[in-house]
Amino acid sequence: MEIKVLGAGCAKCKTTAAQITSIASQLGVDVTVTKVEDMAVIVSHGIMSTPGVLIDGKLVHVGSVPDRAQIEAWLSAA
Amino acid sequence: MSAETSHPVLPARPDWQWHLGVVAFLVVWWLVYQQLIPFSEWVTALFPIDRHSHTGEAIAFFFYDVPKVMMLLTLIVFAMGVVRTWFSPEKTRALLSGKREGVGNVMSAGLGILTPFCSCSAVPLFIGFVSAGVPLGVTFSFLIAAPMVNEVALVLLFGLVGWQVAVTYLAFGLGIAIVAGFVIGKLRLEGWLQDWVRDIHSGANTPVVGEDEPLTMINRYALGIEAVREIFGKVWIWIILGIGMGALIHGYVPEDLMVRIMGAEAWWSVPAAVVMGVPMYTNAAGVIPIVEALLGKGAALGTVLAFMMSVIALSLPEMIILRQVLTLRLIAVFVGVVASGILAVGFLFNLIF
Repeated sequence: MEIKVLGAGCAKCKTTAAQITSIASQLGVDVTVTKVEDMAVIVSHGIMSTPGVLIDGKLVHVGSVPDRAQIEAWLSAA
Repeated sequence: MSAETSHPVLPARPDWQWHLGVVAFLVVWWLVYQQLIPFSEWVTALFPIDRHSHTGEAIAFFFYDVPKVMMLLTLIVFAMGVVRTWFSPEKTRALLSGKREGVGNVMSAGLGILTPFCSCSAVPLFIGFVSAGVPLGVTFSFLIAAPMVNEVALVLLFGLVGWQVAVTYLAFGLGIAIVAGFVIGKLRLEGWLQDWVRDIHSGANTPVVGEDEPLTMINRYALGIEAVREIFGKVWIWIILGIGMGALIHGYVPEDLMVRIMGAEAWWSVPAAVVMGVPMYTNAAGVIPIVEALLGKGAALGTVLAFMMSVIALSLPEMIILRQVLTLRLIAVFVGVVASGILAVGFLFNLIF
């Protein structure tokens, strides 16, 4: 599954990407996590508070670092 | 398209236990708060120095102010964290879109205080507002009020300087945000946005992130606790450094020096304070203890407030972020208008008080 973390240069965005990567590897789920910093792309998803999380092109989360339970739910839904 | 917000998970317990917990916390908070002066005197007495020497004064100041500010911050940040759960950038945008200038600027500045905002999201928020038909000037009112009038600044002013100054800061901070946004709106500078932003604007193709599922009161408490943790992680070091600096000034800096440099008689002190404040970038926590100590040593209130407002509201890093969406000309106008407002407040205060 393809996960994109949208947000430019905020500490929460880095944390979010790192969390997802580490939880995915713990669970043994095969994901590619990429960070999107292009502002035009970020705003085109209607995001007003970063980070935003896209899973396979669908916006699932905005505005905060998602908690562990939430990340696990996304990963197990794949 | 819909997005789910994260609801921080608290251990499962009956709701009444959480409500009771909040009440118990408030009671304990109040009891401890009453004991701060005896506590600071007790700590100061542990040091082998004269209580009335410079060092003694500085130590007493430090050990009274640090716990006081920390406690006030905990309470207010928690309360604001809970209140903010009823607001979101999306709701604020819906309230502001299509609002006329004037009314829009007033609402926008007010919502700037209540809406959760992080300066790292300034650009997407700016575009989100403008593309949804929030007038440019109204958007600026929000962007000026949100960082300037924040609970950390207000708590610190209240705790260290007094409630009159905190209320005045609130009123004038809002005033500047409203007037500056109104002026920028009147100048009709929409053409000075970066090209790609204008395209999004005219395209109006921005999908709307849907309503979140309703939060329970317990979720809101959890978000409040989260806010306390986050803010403390960011500002505790600044509070200790700032109050430490303040304590030194309190104990050692001669009074007439500050009166000469920052007193009301020196007319140039207000512009100098603003010019010095712009490149400085720190949060309210770092600057206010210094502000308090300066005031105590005879610096004029208007000068000090102008300094503080320019440090918090006009910062180079934020301008660099905004450079992505605003042309340099527009940034210059923005800085010019806000700085003029701050100057006016500074002079006015020195005149009145």
